[in-house]
Amino acid sequence: MTSRPGLPGYPAEDRPFTRAMRADGRPAALDDYVAAGGYEGLRRAIADLQPREVTTLVTDSGLRGRGGAGYSTGRKWSTMPLGPDAPRPKYIVCNADEMEPGSFKDRFLMERNPHVLLEGMLLAGFATESDEGFIFLRAQYDASYAALKGALAEARERGYLGEHILGSGFSMDIELHTSIGRYICGEASAMLNALESQRPNPRARPPHMTGAGLFSRPTVVNNVESYMAVPAIVRHGVDWWKALSIIDEGGTKIFGVAGRVANPGCFELPMGVPMRELIEVHAGGMLPGYALRAVSPGGASTSLVPADQVDVPLGFSTMDEVQSRLGTGTLVLLDDQTCPVGMTLNMMQFFAQESCGWCTPCREGLQWMAALLEDVEYGRGRPGDLEMLAEGVWFMQSDKCFCDLAPGATQPLESALRLFPDDFARHLAGGGCDYRRHGSDAPALKGTTW
Amino acid sequence: MSLTDDEIRQLDGILGHYPDRRAAAATAMRIVQARRRWLSDEAIADLGEYLGLTVAELDGIATFGNMVFRKPVGRHVVLVCDSFACWSLGYAELRAAVEAELGVGMGQTTEDGRFTLLPIVCLGACDRGPAMMVDDELHGPVAPGQVPGLLGGYS
Repeated sequence: MTSRPGLPGYPAEDRPFTRAMRADGRPAALDDYVAAGGYEGLRRAIADLQPREVTTLVTDSGLRGRGGAGYSTGRKWSTMPLGPDAPRPKYIVCNADEMEPGSFKDRFLMERNPHVLLEGMLLAGFATESDEGFIFLRAQYDASYAALKGALAEARERGYLGEHILGSGFSMDIELHTSIGRYICGEASAMLNALESQRPNPRARPPHMTGAGLFSRPTVVNNVESYMAVPAIVRHGVDWWKALSIIDEGGTKIFGVAGRVANPGCFELPMGVPMRELIEVHAGGMLPGYALRAVSPGGASTSLVPADQVDVPLGFSTMDEVQSRLGTGTLVLLDDQTCPVGMTLNMMQFFAQESCGWCTPCREGLQWMAALLEDVEYGRGRPGDLEMLAEGVWFMQSDKCFCDLAPGATQPLESALRLFPDDFARHLAGGGCDYRRHGSDAPALKGTTW
Repeated sequence: MSLTDDEIRQLDGILGHYPDRRAAAATAMRIVQARRRWLSDEAIADLGEYLGLTVAELDGIATFGNMVFRKPVGRHVVLVCDSFACWSLGYAELRAAVEAELGVGMGQTTEDGRFTLLPIVCLGACDRGPAMMVDDELHGPVAPGQVPGLLGGYS
């Protein structure tokens, strides 16, 4: 494991996500976590704060959803019904599905620092007067499962979880639920269906989940890293959190770099760190013999950013400048020896395969677009194919799909068509791909189930 | 009813974690699969009876999840990540090495019943690509030359 919490230039006390992590790579135990100030936020909330005040802190901190959508966490919580007349039970659900290709931060966080997730979910439960939590964990995250299972047992035994937490009137338990797989389960409403063991198609909205979510009860759904941000905000306050970031969004974030760099991994850095610093300083820069061409900034459904725009600060509000989104903030690098058409094809095949099949544009359209793109990559392209792909991008964006899968699927393609017109033209004119790394074998089992 | 007493005891133990019986279906399938490696038609029918679901309802969930196996698998399941980060870091070479070592292609099981090879979408280990899993263990980055030694560790 190359990911490490220790970084030059940023003091440990300013790293709320990784501070409690152990140097030996094992999950931080409860004692490790408490020694680093863990569960102090929960203690403070229980002793000194009203539920609404916790939500206000989170809203004022500016915390936005770290699963990629970037919606205000506090604003979401504030729509949960409170008081004696609210429907019960109410649920806190953690989206730990992390199946977006190119996303690899939640695994790192859960394997190394599981208690901060539990504390964050407990604070969400306290703030919204909820009764029970569920962690919806990806099937292949066995090491995360073991870390969380251990943390839940420790927390329960030491009175941080269960009935009368820390001797107070607040009670909440957390269940760890492992998925049986499929990308669409990471879509928040599909995840609720999956948790209920319904077929996990997305749900229509409204109603919003905070009105009628899991088992039709009020439910908060947030990403792993969103919950993990909350303990430090409650413990240290809004001003401290805001001072951590370089831009005005507040806090630090787990960023990642994968690709042909010297030092791939996950890094906790201030929100607003320039993409260039992340790649060149923390990830050690490109390996000899490789040059950077573009960056997928935060998962397969974010638009590619060209190499000449990597000075952009990484934040939710700043990525518009480069016509992309922050997404999950885990970078995957496209180097000069890898075909941009082939890489885009790989992503499109993924989305076509993972469409849940519920709505027609996604079920049929993505298959057609993947097939067209495959023709281009393999030298079977015809005049007009690129225009038809561009039309597909437009169509999927235009509010004709049931959920965000298909609109997201077209982002890398839209940006590749925009950034690499010469590559596409060369594929069409020259009979296919001339890169060392090209094509895709991804659809090996297309159309079959196991 | 093919469910064993031991399986039923474990299934009974999880029912309390969900507000209704049918909501336990996904976890129930994982429990039985962990013991039998895959879920036969008979297993689905018996689990349906236990949970109060029709075969069609339960199979509708089972066939949606890519980690529910409705066909026999080998003693070890090998998953090779084919998403774009691993793809750009040498997925094709890794896959070829695994196929050569096992003598089977994607979706197949070795004749001795030792390994089943399956594709998998992003394992969330992009910084360790190209990555693969054998059962519950993640490996990465894996160079093609390391494949024989790695797979040799699973009997």
